[in-house]
Amino acid sequence: MKIEILMPAMSPSMTEGNLTKWFVKVGDFLRVGDPIAEIETDKAAMDVESDSEGTVIELLVEQGQEKIGIKTPIAVIDTNTEKLKGKLFTNTIDDQSATKIKKEEVKITKSTDQGSQTTVREAIRDALAEEMRLDSDVFVMGEEVAEYQGAYKVTQGLLQEFGPSRIIDTPITENGFTGIAIGASFSGLKPVVEFMTFNFSLQAMDHIINSAAKTLYMGGGQLNCPIVFRGPNGAAARVAAQHSQDLTAWFSHIPGLKVISPYTVNDHKGLLKAAIRDPNPVIFLENEILYGDVGKVSLKDDEIIPIGKANILREGMDITLISHSINLRLCEEVADILIKEKITCEIVDLRTIKPLDKNTIVKSIKKTNKCVVVEQGWSQSGVSSEIISVIMEEAFDWLDAPVVRLTGKEVPMPYAENLEKMALPSKEELIKAIKNIL
Amino acid sequence: MTKKPLNKKSSNLTKKQMMEAYEKMLLIRRFEEKAGQSYGLGKIGGFCHLYIGQEAVVVGLQMCIEKKDQVITTYRDHGHMLACGMNPNGVMSELYGRIDGYSKGKGGSMHMFSKDSNFFGGHGIVGASVPLGTGLAFSNKYKNNNAVTLTYFGDGAANQGQVYESFNMAKLWNLPCIYIIENNRYAMGTSVQRSSAQKDLSQRGVSFGIDGEQVDGMNIESVIEAGKRAVQKTRSNEGPYILEMLTYRYRGHSMSDPAQYRSRDEVKEVRDFSDPIENLKNKIISKKFSTEEEIKKINTEIKNIVDLSAEFAAESPFPPADELFKDIYI
Repeated sequence: MKIEILMPAMSPSMTEGNLTKWFVKVGDFLRVGDPIAEIETDKAAMDVESDSEGTVIELLVEQGQEKIGIKTPIAVIDTNTEKLKGKLFTNTIDDQSATKIKKEEVKITKSTDQGSQTTVREAIRDALAEEMRLDSDVFVMGEEVAEYQGAYKVTQGLLQEFGPSRIIDTPITENGFTGIAIGASFSGLKPVVEFMTFNFSLQAMDHIINSAAKTLYMGGGQLNCPIVFRGPNGAAARVAAQHSQDLTAWFSHIPGLKVISPYTVNDHKGLLKAAIRDPNPVIFLENEILYGDVGKVSLKDDEIIPIGKANILREGMDITLISHSINLRLCEEVADILIKEKITCEIVDLRTIKPLDKNTIVKSIKKTNKCVVVEQGWSQSGVSSEIISVIMEEAFDWLDAPVVRLTGKEVPMPYAENLEKMALPSKEELIKAIKNIL
Repeated sequence: MTKKPLNKKSSNLTKKQMMEAYEKMLLIRRFEEKAGQSYGLGKIGGFCHLYIGQEAVVVGLQMCIEKKDQVITTYRDHGHMLACGMNPNGVMSELYGRIDGYSKGKGGSMHMFSKDSNFFGGHGIVGASVPLGTGLAFSNKYKNNNAVTLTYFGDGAANQGQVYESFNMAKLWNLPCIYIIENNRYAMGTSVQRSSAQKDLSQRGVSFGIDGEQVDGMNIESVIEAGKRAVQKTRSNEGPYILEMLTYRYRGHSMSDPAQYRSRDEVKEVRDFSDPIENLKNKIISKKFSTEEEIKKINTEIKNIVDLSAEFAAESPFPPADELFKDIYI
C-alpha cells in the first residue's frame, strides 16, 4: 500500500515550512520513528519522523524548497515492499554531521540594512544586538534565550556574538529571575528580560509592580530601574486559556511602568531600542503571530522611535479606528473592504499604551468625529475603556456618535477552533460596529 | 556538607572594635526607642517595625564588609540603615514623612535607599529582598568588581518560594551573595515551630549545595567571627553562603502588635540574660577597655544624636504638593 507523508504542523501557529534537508533517498527503508527530513519553521528547525514502516518510493519536494503548506504531501512510501528491509536507515545517515549542519546554519547576527525587508523577529533581534554592541551593561536573560536560540527564535545568534555572560539562560523560575534582573538593574546594569510568553509574567507580577515600578518613587528618585521585559503577549493559536491572553491593560494600570505594544517591523526595532535606553522599567509586548511579518526598516543608524508617540497608520475621513499590535491588521483589512464602499478609515496605531499619546487620539477624533476602539484584551477596565474615557474628557464635543469598542470576549480563551475565533474580535464584528455609528 | 555547631567562641575583638560595636548598637537601640515613642505620639504613621534586640546582627556584619559591598533587607530596616552609615536625621525625617527624609517622605519606614551608602532598601514584600539581593550579587559578578552582597531576610521570608529560586540561581552562577536569615523566632505572630518543617534554617540551602551555619546573633563577637569567615569565602569566589542569625525582637512585629503569641517571661529572659548591648558593655568594662563613667558619657552623646534627629525631623517641612507627581519616571 502506498501512503503519502504530509508536511506536518510543528507548532500551534505554523502554517508552512521549508524543507531544508532530506535524510532519505528513494529506495531507503524506513522504520517508525526514523527521521525523514529537516523542516524549518519560523520558530525552529526540526526533524520530521516517519510514522509508518516501508520503502521510500518518491520524494515530492526538492531539498531547499520553501513555504510548503502544512498537510502538503512531501514523500510517498510503500508499506508492502520488503526487498530493502534490513538495510538500516541509520547506516546511511551520519547523525553527527546532521547536527553539525544545524549548528553551522545558525545565522550570525548581522543587522539588516536600512530600507531592507526584514521580519519582526529579526527586527527585535537586531535591536537587541545593536544596543548590546553600544552598551556593555545591556544583557539578555530568560528561558531558552541562549543555547536554544530563543523559544521563538528571537534571540537567534546572540549567544554566538555576545557569549554566555551576556545572553543568559535561566531556570524556569520567573519570579526569581525577574527579581534578580531588577536587583541587577538597581546597581546600574540594563537587563532585557525575555518572558517566553507574557502569560508566565504573572508568576513575576509582584516584582514587576512592587520592585520595578515603585522603587524610584519610594526612594524619592534615588534608585531607578532601567529594565525591559519583553516577549509575546496576546492570543496565540489554539493554546487555550492559560497561554493565550492579552495582558496589556494589566501593565498599563501601573504608575512607574511604560508599556509598548508595537505593530510594524520598523516600530518593533525602533521602540525596542528606545526601551533599552530608557532609564525606567519598560514592558515591551510582542505578538507571536506577528513575528513572521515582513516589512521595511526605515530607521537610520542609531535612530530610535520615541516612546509615547502614536502613529497614523492610514489617513481617512469618515471614522477613526484605534488599536495596537495585531488588531491593527484587522483594522487594515476592514479599511480595505470599506474603501470599496467609499468609507475611508483613519487608523491610529497606539504603539505606546503607557504613556498614552492623547494628542494624536484627540486630533483624529476632531477630524473624523467617530471612533471605534479595537483590542484583543477583555473589555472591563481595558485599554479601550481608557481611550474612550480620554475621548469623553477631551473631545466629547467633537463626537457625532458614541464611541464603540470591540474587544476580546469576557471568557477564558477556549481551545476549540470555532470558539477561539468567536472569542476574538473579527472583521465582521468590526464592520458591523463601524456601520452602526456611521 | 557538614552542619557546623553553633559558634559561641569569643573572637577577642580589639578595644577599638568593641567600642565601635557598642556605640553603633546603642545608636540603633536609642533610635528605635525614640521611633517607638514618636509613633505613640502620632508623629510617625503606618507600619513601623522596630529592630530592638537584633542590633548585634547588623552591626557585627557591617564590620565585616567593605565600602563597595552592598546591603539589602526587608522592612525591619532602620538598624541596617544606621549601620550602613546613613544619617539618623534623614532616617528619622523619613519616618516622620518629611522632605528631608531619605525618600523625601514618600517611602516611609519600610522604603529607604542610599546609593552613597550602598544600601538598596527597604523592601516591604516578605521574601522579595532575596532575589533583588541576588541580583545585586549578579551585577558584582557581571562587573567583576569583587564586591559581595549581604542579603537580609527573616525566618518568615525563609518559607517563600522565591528564596529557593534565588538560592538555585545563586549557586548555579556562583554569585557572591551572603544570605542572612535573621531568625527572631516569630514571623509576625507565627513561631518558627509552627511555620517551618525544617526548623534549622541554616540548612535550607542543602538542596542547592549552599553551606550555612547557625550563629548566636545576640553575641556580637560570634556574629563578627562568622561574618568574616562568610565574607572571606564569598569574596574568594566560593559562591553563596547562608548565615542563620539566632536573634530576638523585644517589641512586637510592628507597633500595632500586642504580641500575645509569646509570654512576658520569654521576652524578659532574653532581655535579662542575652541582651547584646548589655553583655558587650559588661565585657568592655571587665576587660577595662572603658569605664562606667565613659560609657555613661557615650550614652549621653548618643541620646543627643537621637534627640536631635527627632527635633530635625519635626522641623523638616512636609513634602510640597508637587512631590506627589515627581519620581514616577525619570
